[in-house]
Amino acid sequence: MEKYINNYVIVTIFILLGILLPVAALTAGRILRPHKPTNEKETTYESGNEPVGEGQVRFNVRYYLFALMFVVFDVETVFLYPWAVAYKQLGLFVLVEMAIFAGLLLVGLLYAWRKKVLKWNSI
Amino acid sequence: MGGMLDDTLTWGNAFVFLLWGVVLLVLVLGFVTYAIYFERKIIGWMQLRIGPNRVGPLGLLQTVADILKLLIKEDTIPRKADRVLFMLAPALAYVPAFGVLAVIPYTQDLYFADINVGLLYYVALSGITTIAIVLGGWASNNKYALLGGMRSAAQMISYEVPLVISVVGVIMMSGTMNLRGIAEQQGDWFWQWNFLPQIIGFVVFVIAAVSELNRTPFDLPEAESELVAGYHVEYSGFRFAFFMLTEYVYMYAIAALTTVLFLGGWHAPLAFLDFVPGIVWFLLKFALVVFFLIWLRGTMPRIRVDQLMGLGWKVLLPLAILNVFVTAVYLELFVK
Repeated sequence: MEKYINNYVIVTIFILLGILLPVAALTAGRILRPHKPTNEKETTYESGNEPVGEGQVRFNVRYYLFALMFVVFDVETVFLYPWAVAYKQLGLFVLVEMAIFAGLLLVGLLYAWRKKVLKWNSI
Repeated sequence: MGGMLDDTLTWGNAFVFLLWGVVLLVLVLGFVTYAIYFERKIIGWMQLRIGPNRVGPLGLLQTVADILKLLIKEDTIPRKADRVLFMLAPALAYVPAFGVLAVIPYTQDLYFADINVGLLYYVALSGITTIAIVLGGWASNNKYALLGGMRSAAQMISYEVPLVISVVGVIMMSGTMNLRGIAEQQGDWFWQWNFLPQIIGFVVFVIAAVSELNRTPFDLPEAESELVAGYHVEYSGFRFAFFMLTEYVYMYAIAALTTVLFLGGWHAPLAFLDFVPGIVWFLLKFALVVFFLIWLRGTMPRIRVDQLMGLGWKVLLPLAILNVFVTAVYLELFVK
C-alpha cells in the first residue's frame, strides 16, 4: 500500500514540475524581454501579404474520418492491453476470442480502405 | 530511491522525491541542450559542413546562446489569436512530455515511479500532446497554423495506433506492463532482448515512434516548403521554445523507452561483460537510439503527404496486429 501511494506521489511530483517549468520560465521571461507592440507586429502572418479572409478556414472532412478510425482502434488497444498481460495464464479460448474481435475491427479498416478514406487527394 | 518506495509517506520523503524530480529535470534540460548541439554538429558533418563552432570552445555554448536569445526575445501574440488558448498550448504540450519520464527505469535500482501500468501510463499521457498541437494551431487563427495543426493531429493519431499495438507483443512475452519488470526479464545475451523475438513489433515501433516525434522523414507538420512552419508559425520567443523543448524531451523519452522495451535496458549485450555497471549499458544504448534518430534526419527526404496516411493505416497497423497474433500463437505452441 505504501508503495502504491509513494509511486503516485512521484507521478504527481513529475506532473507538477512539468507545470512549474513553463510557468517559471515564462514569468522570468516577462521580466527580461522587451514589450513594444505595434499594429503591424500583431497582424496575422501570411508570408508578408495582407491576410486574406478568415484565419480559421474550413478544413477537409477527412480529418474527422481519421478521428473516428482512431477512436475505434484506440479502444481496441484498451482491450488488448489487459488481455496481453494475462495471456500466459489464459488458454487457447481467449486467443480465438481476440482473433474474432480484431477480425471484426479489420473488416472496418477494410471498409474504410475500400471507401478511399485512406486516399489523400487534396489538402 | 528503490528502498524509499516501501516506507510510509512523510513530508521528508516527499521532499526527497521532489529533489530527485528536480535532478532529473535539470539532467533532461542538459540533454536537450546538447542533443540540439550534437544534432546540428552531426548533420553538419554528414553534409560536409562544420556545424556550430563559434560560441564557446567547439561551439559548445551555441545552444545556450540560442536559449538565452529566445528568453529575451519579444513575445508577440497576434491580435486575432485566442489569447488564453494561445498561451496555454505550449505549456500543455510540455507537461505530458516531462510527466512520462516518471515511469522510465534506468537500472535495477535507479528508477522513479515503479507503477504496474507503466507502459499504459506512458501511452495515455503522451497522447495529450496532440491536443496541445491542435490547440496551438487553432488558437493562432492563421491558415498555415491551422492546416499544420490538423495535419499534425491526423498524423499523430494515425501512428499512435500502430505504436501502441506494436508493444502488445512485448507485454505478452513479459506478462506485465511494469517497465522495470519488462527490462528485468530480458537476458544478459543480446539475442535474449526483445528486439529479435519481436522483430516485426520492433520495426513497427521504431517507424511509428519517428512519426510520433514529427521527425524526418515524417516531419510534415513542419513542412517548411508548403506550410511555412506548421502549427507554431505564430509563436515566438519562449513559447516557441517550449514546443521545441517538448519535441526533444519526447526524443529522450522515446529513446529511453526503446532501450527499456526492446534493447534490454541495463543488461550487457554479452553475459561476460556484465562487470560494467548497468547504467553505462543503458546510456550507450540510449545514445545509439538518439544517434539513429539524428542519422535518419541526415539521410532521408520527407515523404509525401499522400503516402503518409497510407503507410500508417495500410502497412503498419496490419503488421502490428499480425505481430500480436504471431506472438500469441508462438507462446501457445512453444512456451506453455
